[in-house]
Amino acid sequence: KMASGQQWVLVEMVQAFYEAPAYHLILEGILILWIVRLLFSKTYKLQERSDLTDKEKEELIEEWQPEPLVPQVSKDHPSLKYDVVSGPPSHKIIVNGKECINFASFNFLGLLDNERVKVCALASLQKYGVGTCGPRGFYGTFDVHLELEERLAKFMRTEEAIIYSYGFATIASAIPAYSKRGDIVFVDEAACFSIQKGLQASRSVIKYFKHNDMEDLERLLKEQEVEDQKNPRKARVTRRFIVVEGLYINTADVCPLPELVNLKYKYKVRIFLEESMSFGVLGEHGRGVTEHFDVNIDDIDLISANMENAVASIGGFCCGRSFVIDHQRLSGQGYCFSASLPPMLAAAAIEALNIMENDPDIFTILREKCRHVHKSLQGIPGLKVVGEPFAPALHLQLERSSGSRETDMKMLPQHLLVCFQCLDRQIAVTQARYLDKEEKFLPSPSIRVVVTIEQTEVEIEKAANCIREAALAILK
Amino acid sequence: MRCFFGPGRDHGHMHAVARQQVEVLMTDRVMDFSATARQEVKGYKPFVEYFEETPLLVAVLTYMGYGILTIFGYLRDFLRDWKIEKCHVAREREEQKDFVPLYQDFENFYTRNLYMRIRDNWNRPICSVPGAKMDLVERVTHDYNWTFEHTGKVIKDVINMGSYNYLGFAENTGACAAAAAEATQRYGAGVNSTRREMGNLDKHEELEVLVARFLGVEASMAFGMGFATNSMNIPALTGKGCLILSDELNHASLVLGARLSGSAIRVFKHNNMQSLEKLLRDAIVHGQPRTHRPWKKILILVEGIYSMEGSIVRLPEVIALKKKYKAYLYLDEAHSIGALGPGGKGVVDYFGLDPRDVDIMMGTFTKSFGAAGGYIGGKKELVDYLRTHSHSAVYATSMSPPVAQQIIASMKCIMGEDGTNLGRERLQQLSENTTYFRRRLHEMGFIIYGNEDSPVVPMMLYMPAKIGAFGREMLKRNIGTVVVGFPATPIIESRARFCISAAHTREMLDTALTAISEVGDLLQLKYSRQKTPSLEEDAYLESQD
Repeated sequence: KMASGQQWVLVEMVQAFYEAPAYHLILEGILILWIVRLLFSKTYKLQERSDLTDKEKEELIEEWQPEPLVPQVSKDHPSLKYDVVSGPPSHKIIVNGKECINFASFNFLGLLDNERVKVCALASLQKYGVGTCGPRGFYGTFDVHLELEERLAKFMRTEEAIIYSYGFATIASAIPAYSKRGDIVFVDEAACFSIQKGLQASRSVIKYFKHNDMEDLERLLKEQEVEDQKNPRKARVTRRFIVVEGLYINTADVCPLPELVNLKYKYKVRIFLEESMSFGVLGEHGRGVTEHFDVNIDDIDLISANMENAVASIGGFCCGRSFVIDHQRLSGQGYCFSASLPPMLAAAAIEALNIMENDPDIFTILREKCRHVHKSLQGIPGLKVVGEPFAPALHLQLERSSGSRETDMKMLPQHLLVCFQCLDRQIAVTQARYLDKEEKFLPSPSIRVVVTIEQTEVEIEKAANCIREAALAILK
Repeated sequence: MRCFFGPGRDHGHMHAVARQQVEVLMTDRVMDFSATARQEVKGYKPFVEYFEETPLLVAVLTYMGYGILTIFGYLRDFLRDWKIEKCHVAREREEQKDFVPLYQDFENFYTRNLYMRIRDNWNRPICSVPGAKMDLVERVTHDYNWTFEHTGKVIKDVINMGSYNYLGFAENTGACAAAAAEATQRYGAGVNSTRREMGNLDKHEELEVLVARFLGVEASMAFGMGFATNSMNIPALTGKGCLILSDELNHASLVLGARLSGSAIRVFKHNNMQSLEKLLRDAIVHGQPRTHRPWKKILILVEGIYSMEGSIVRLPEVIALKKKYKAYLYLDEAHSIGALGPGGKGVVDYFGLDPRDVDIMMGTFTKSFGAAGGYIGGKKELVDYLRTHSHSAVYATSMSPPVAQQIIASMKCIMGEDGTNLGRERLQQLSENTTYFRRRLHEMGFIIYGNEDSPVVPMMLYMPAKIGAFGREMLKRNIGTVVVGFPATPIIESRARFCISAAHTREMLDTALTAISEVGDLLQLKYSRQKTPSLEEDAYLESQD
């Protein structure tokens, strides 16, 4: 019975063979031949086959000479010797052995040597010791941290805040937590270095727009819209962000926040605002550029600031809605993989916040002083003041910038000489420092002048005269 | 028996095979290890590491556990979408509902459905010094860990097995705390400027000289954050055209620094010298991919103690390879500085090697010194270059003065320069505690990973439910432990990690061990099928017979 069944199948097969059309047979024949060829052809590895003998390999290894680990730094490199500050960097600062008036530290509200802040830091030290010995996830969360986060959220009137133990790491960890490969970030050309590092870590597509130029930004957004029409599926999953600073550290001017918010809703882009220089400076109560322009704080997706300027502590924070901020607790690299902020520094920050809340007049006084300094520095031969009148960290740049970076860079030593002369006359100013080869858009060389609330009118006059004389002597 | 060699991923090695493997390794090494090199390694120190294979049944059950959790996760997401279950997840603003979603639902699946259930084991707030015993803030949750409430009570005297307090310098009394208080009174808390501008205080210079002396190098530089030390200095040292060979299990900061530098990165198997040698040979012989130009320089990134495995780097072999192939070595001693070695000077001291052989010695002050920040030490040219080109010196605020003072005081104590014997006693105590704790855990039958001398003790849990259960049961018995799961570890290898401290007394360790044994019986964690090792181990260099 089996044999007949098999025979029957065989007959069917032969019949099908005869009945099939010619092209069918030819195609199948070609396919079978192709399979046979593939089965018998030599396989090749995707990587290079190394045809080198062992002896040749040993020779190559012998011959290879690496570069030295670091290039030689000449002894007269201008940045090799740092100015040494003996004692606290407060209003009267001792630089290289000479007592000067401090126009270089970002101690805007004078909280660095405030007695109340020191007392709170000491009390915290006596309770907790210095270090936290662990990241936030593993017994590194202290009640002080939780209190500071609550206070910051309340002060800025947002839902939640998160603190980092290092100011630089704050925005540099926040950006890559949200923006990944394939997302698009529109960032201002004058953005500071920590934003640039955050963008580099995020691996997103970066588009720079000219500093504070809303038309340029709109042009880029429109171009992106056109791109989106071509590929709507991709556009639906590509996140977009605009990263700007409240007060730019490199140019001391303020971003046009209301227009940015309009652009946000028009083109559906989220805004990340970096407020290191404007927190504790702008606004009626020191809440920053959102209060300055009276913009609803919920319109800004994330505000990031460091506590190393006005707050005179160490570290940084981000604040915003819980929907946005909570994500960083598991994806912020500088938050999860690093030890938390020492509790005494957090306690110092809380006390600084207390002072800021109790005494909102200090912001008005600071702004007055900024205006005064801005006015006094006008008319210095060879140097022009760059920055808004209410910005506390101004730049003095060459008046006649040649437009080319090389010629400007040649003037660098002269800037240094101006600073040295000022130091000699007991005014501490510093040259604004950058890493020339690492910055995307290197700012022109300048001298940084910082206004603090502790400077008196007499001191400001003295500083202005000193800079004027130094400039006259060196730049003419 | 007993020396299981090689990384934990090598499944299927039983005793006899392992022994054979040891011998084979040794014959290879003999060619590279000249007689002088062998003698340099002081006293033929036994190098004993354990990475016991995962029992098969346990692995199967673990996968099943994750499978069940995933199914339930999908179910709960479905219920949440259809509003049958109350949704606690924060939502986007109404005005921004038509924006591109900020997170993809899938990204947060693990967080919503697995992490959230056992979230009470992490981020536990404390309200005292993180010393050998600590006080925890009591939290309760009424909605299964979505939100926490502080009851206002404090759980007192919880034995701390989680903080990185190896030498017990986390204290609020004593010489270091007094010195730090004085520095706070004099300098204030912050600095308000960068090192290159107006933030270079005399305290920083003093600290750097001391660190260089401690490590035995020419010069050093200190930074305000350990994580940032790696992520901001590796890009200054290498760039395009360079090659970075990084260990499989390197810390996130090393990985980030390597990525930001723009160099090519190749990964070698954890602590596996053959893998590293193969990569080195291939790199030099073939050069850069496609163009075959020679690499400008090759940098090997390793850590002293790997905190998730408890393993110690095979430093003598790495240095031998580095010298043979003219590569540079970057050693990250975040956990090993202060914790290893007779003088507390880290893994170089532990093996008795010359610190000048390591090109870049990096470490952090957070763990053994009870402060915060990081340092890099090496030759003077290196430190000069970093002073001019490091990102941190130009753009980041310098270290806070009281923190710097704490480091100075604790480092002097470790070196014995403060006039007391405290440093030496603590180092001795740490080493005794480590040996005792590990031996007892082995005897009880738990699977422990890592090197015998490392104060980081990972104990395997494997199953996802046991992660949460272990953490909670230990807290009920007043012991604070750290449990780690995916993504910090491979998915089936979740573990509890104990950090031994010199501040732990024998009684504390005994209390902890009794509790661990109790919980181990309760949760059936005693997986080990090895016989308990005795205290005499084979030295790995002398097994030529």
